[in-house]
Amino acid sequence: MTLKIAEGVDPRWVRSVATAEGTWHVLDNQAVLDREPVGTLLCVHGNPTSSYLWRHVIAELSTGDRPWRVIAMDQLNMGWSSRTGRRRLGQRLDDLGALTDELGIQGPVVTLGHDWGGCISLGWAVNHRAGLAGVALLNTAVHQPPGSALPFLIAAARLPGLRRLVTATTPIFLQGTLAIAHPRLTPQVRAGYLDPYRGASRRGGIDEFVEDIPVNAEHPSWPALQGIVDGLPGLSDRPALMLWGPRDPVFTDLYLRDLRSRLPHAKVHRFEKAGHLVAEDAEVARAVRQWLEDDVEPRLPGSPAVPSHRTTDGLPEVIQRFLPDEARRSLWAPLETRAQDLSPALVEPTGHGSGQIGSWRTTTWMQLSGDVHRVAAGLTASGVKPGDRVALLVPPGADLTVALYACLRIGAVAVIADAGLGLPGLHRAIRGSAVKHVIGIDRGLLAARALRWPGQKISVGIAAGSARAKALGAGLALEDLKKVTLIDLPPAPAENAEAMVIFTSGSTGPAKGVVYTHRQLEGVRDALRSAYKLRTGSENPYDDDRFVAAFAPFALFGPGLGVPSVVPAMDVTAPRTLTASALAQAARALDATVVFASPAALANVLATSSALTADDRSALTGVRLLLSAGAPVPAELLTTLQGLLPQAELHTPYGMTEALLLTDVDLPELVAAGPGNGVLVGRPMPGVEIRISPLDADGRASRTETTAKTAVTGEILVRAPHLKERYDQLWLTQRETSTTDGWHRTGDVGHFDADGRLWVEGRLIHVIRPAGGFVTPYGVEQRIQTVPGVRRAALVGIGRAGAHQLVAVVEAPDAELGVAPLELAAAVRAAAGLELVAVLVTDALKTDIRHNSKIDRDEVGRRAAALLAGSRSS
Amino acid sequence: MKILVTGAGGMLGGGVARKLAERGDDVTVLQRRPSSLAGVAGIQEINGDITDSSTLLRAVEGMDAVVHLAAKVNVIGPWAEYEAVNVDGVRHLVAAMQRAGASRLVHVSSPSVAHGGVALIGDGAGPADPEHARGNYARSKAAGELIALAADSSALAVVAVRPHLVWGPGDTQLVGRIVQRAREGRLPLIGSGAALIDTTYVDNAVDATVAALDRIDVAHGRALVVTNGEPRPVADLFARLCDAAGVPAPTRRIPFPVAWAAGAAVEGVWALGRRRDDPPLTRFLAEQLATAHWFDQSTTRATLGWTPAVSLEEGFGRLAQWYARP
Repeated sequence: MTLKIAEGVDPRWVRSVATAEGTWHVLDNQAVLDREPVGTLLCVHGNPTSSYLWRHVIAELSTGDRPWRVIAMDQLNMGWSSRTGRRRLGQRLDDLGALTDELGIQGPVVTLGHDWGGCISLGWAVNHRAGLAGVALLNTAVHQPPGSALPFLIAAARLPGLRRLVTATTPIFLQGTLAIAHPRLTPQVRAGYLDPYRGASRRGGIDEFVEDIPVNAEHPSWPALQGIVDGLPGLSDRPALMLWGPRDPVFTDLYLRDLRSRLPHAKVHRFEKAGHLVAEDAEVARAVRQWLEDDVEPRLPGSPAVPSHRTTDGLPEVIQRFLPDEARRSLWAPLETRAQDLSPALVEPTGHGSGQIGSWRTTTWMQLSGDVHRVAAGLTASGVKPGDRVALLVPPGADLTVALYACLRIGAVAVIADAGLGLPGLHRAIRGSAVKHVIGIDRGLLAARALRWPGQKISVGIAAGSARAKALGAGLALEDLKKVTLIDLPPAPAENAEAMVIFTSGSTGPAKGVVYTHRQLEGVRDALRSAYKLRTGSENPYDDDRFVAAFAPFALFGPGLGVPSVVPAMDVTAPRTLTASALAQAARALDATVVFASPAALANVLATSSALTADDRSALTGVRLLLSAGAPVPAELLTTLQGLLPQAELHTPYGMTEALLLTDVDLPELVAAGPGNGVLVGRPMPGVEIRISPLDADGRASRTETTAKTAVTGEILVRAPHLKERYDQLWLTQRETSTTDGWHRTGDVGHFDADGRLWVEGRLIHVIRPAGGFVTPYGVEQRIQTVPGVRRAALVGIGRAGAHQLVAVVEAPDAELGVAPLELAAAVRAAAGLELVAVLVTDALKTDIRHNSKIDRDEVGRRAAALLAGSRSS
Repeated sequence: MKILVTGAGGMLGGGVARKLAERGDDVTVLQRRPSSLAGVAGIQEINGDITDSSTLLRAVEGMDAVVHLAAKVNVIGPWAEYEAVNVDGVRHLVAAMQRAGASRLVHVSSPSVAHGGVALIGDGAGPADPEHARGNYARSKAAGELIALAADSSALAVVAVRPHLVWGPGDTQLVGRIVQRAREGRLPLIGSGAALIDTTYVDNAVDATVAALDRIDVAHGRALVVTNGEPRPVADLFARLCDAAGVPAPTRRIPFPVAWAAGAAVEGVWALGRRRDDPPLTRFLAEQLATAHWFDQSTTRATLGWTPAVSLEEGFGRLAQWYARP
């Protein structure tokens, strides 16, 4: 068997190193480094891969001003290294130590391991603490988490007789591992992995590795594994990194959670689309380099001060946090001050979720306060601890409010994954959030059961002990928690403790979990109150505001604000189901003064307004303020709405999951401004700072420069006390979208006008890059939407970025699908005012589920490109 | 400058010859039959065949530069005929230029030389690939371009330009055929009609070819695709061309597999009958009309210091005027 240099491997890296136990095939970039390396990265592959796994890491760290020496060995009996007798875990740790001795590696050393190589790399780290500068792991394990069965694949592969057939006699295990890469590996890369293992005789090591997994204390390798586990607490003072591919049938998120519990200080990034071969599927090399620069290098002796990543010079070092006059006020404070108040706190339709308008159920402040207190006690009694993550799969209403505020009170972290993510998105969100408890209605628990979400299940609306509850695996019911004996609650959580995880809509990639602390949620509440001058605590309670909560995130803040709220009869998972009658009757149920809704809901309110009775109309005249949130809303829609809500000021706040309230604009200003390049979102709210990070000629946002000049298009950066804390287990994303001085890169692009108002022009990833410049989509789309017969439009680029050609895809109900007829195309081109290579007609532009308004321009662009490629696209 | 233009009988070659003569170059044209160029000031005409070495030697004698357009462009015919003109013709021309000391060659080629039958989407100019190019024309042009570019040296600067689908007033190849078929109601759309196709208005192709000659110092050794840089769905293009000519636009659609099979059948019939005229449909044509062909023009424009002077819109306008002439 002769060595083949695989694609992506620099022949100068290849070395052969002999120790007493055998000859090692080693990739070592020392020969190509043109300056002194910062340290050494020791990379240990798992089973059934080889040092080939690390070629991207080696290439990446060989370059730049501060290169690292990278050493990646094929373990003995593996890859191109020599075949010896059986090697168990303890022996492999000794082998690796002998190799590093032979190579003369001295500190600082960082280990990087994958699969069982992760375990071995940790063993080396525990044994070589003196020079150890950090540990990094890809999908791996050191322990079977309680409750997890031995993963099916490994279990199957361990069946006597079958194992050898699968691992060695045939290359099934090897090929199976390569087959689950996302996206698929190229033939050249597959060959890089397969070549060292051609022939059953070369695959013996793969078989032995599988056999060597210590499944119980009787296994010969158990003591060695236990030694590694016992040594991990000793690594708590060394930087740690975990890069994870969740689509791994073997090392699931349960193992990540176990590892995090052992190295709680680790930086964690889950590459949502990646699987077991995360080093092939995701940008592992870039992440490792960033982590080395951020966390490892500054701690090395004699290292120069590494500048923290900040946006620009001239901005204040210290965040000028906007603090309200009053002292910190917890979110549940109104529940305490109004514990004896018999006036309504929450009103919701009975039989909710059905969309039927019937009678209303009212929960008083006293009842709400008592329920929250009792459920908080009940959760504590049933084992929910501060910091535990609790998924709330409950539609808006009293049950959700009670569960949420009880969690907040005891310091449990509420994970709110709404149905607007769609079931696959919901599944990814819950599975990836390290949830320990699930509180859900039957549909939520059904999903939990079917999709095998971990954790204790607590039912809502189903009696505990009922057959249904048992079938759903729910041993507890929320109702029963309200009946427990009151016990002392744990102390109130600290202001910087995690309070809530909510999710982005996932319209531009997998939904991201967004973590808020208590202080930040309080900041959202305070921003909401101050921006809209919400009235509470008036002498005459009738002067207080009462709101209709038809838009999820803000609806949760009613009790925290001390504002009574009513949930309209609608299918909360689909904003489009809010009818004019349902809105009016909700308003009447509480004499509401404020309405929160989304544009999709308001569009349907208008569409169904002919059904309004005189009583309905009069109920709507009591509304003083309408907030249309979640997506841009056309001024025409608001103008028509004004007819239904004659007394209301119509406002549209701009924000996002990561920063719920940033700017605001009202209808008169929208109308007065008229059309422009983008969507007018108005002026910053109190306490919010906004800067623009200019786009260069290639449409890329500057990483260092920011400006507040007018008419400069760039990425919108924001800073406010009520921003998110961070993304959940997305260290790299957090690192790349935030600065140490508190700015969040929104991923939106826009500009300021001469009046200091912000216009949003689109998403940064949707900026189109034709030759010699860039084009942002919103302004062009709005112009196209003025063409008669065009309902909605999307502007996309096809071809290579930098040489994009522009295509308009329009919803035009009267036109045939496909290439637009000449007259329509001419009108669209004239309105667009720029060169369009094609105008295409579609029946429906793909949008997100939650808002039904964010156009998935990537998907629209892919479809347009496929159609325009003709019949034989490559 | 003394410049020889071969293949000046065609729309593009004639345009290049006139443009060079207008600006004061001393132009000689070489083509098989006498043409209307003979009477134009500043143009001398030689009639002869490109496959004849002695004719070539005589024509190249004393020239500073050659713009080589002569080619067999039919879509069907025996390989030997393509080889003689499009491969051996280039070889003989290069040899003659080397012997005569002519120092600049602009070789006019075609994007199809690098085209394996799949969609071209925003591509640049890939290397000519005789093995995978589709059909005798593209294969022979690919081999010819390789020969021309291989001759690029300090003594002889060679650049290849590849204009894509050149059209304009008086064009018999593309516009003429489309309009005639449409007039007879025999012009279908193949597939969805959405395939995005870039074309070149003839004046732009002329300008780019002249620019290649002027900028050969920086452009030599390369192949450059030349287009308007304004691709359109093929249905749009047909409709606009028909509109300009005052004939009804096609409405009939043929699914691509049917068109391809029909093209194959037609080729078979033509081959059996040893017919020499161009058939109504070939597999090559079916592919051309059903798959995207458009190009990243940034390298071409930067290298040649050229941008198209006539937009697609203006081109359609000029075509309409031409058809409306008395």
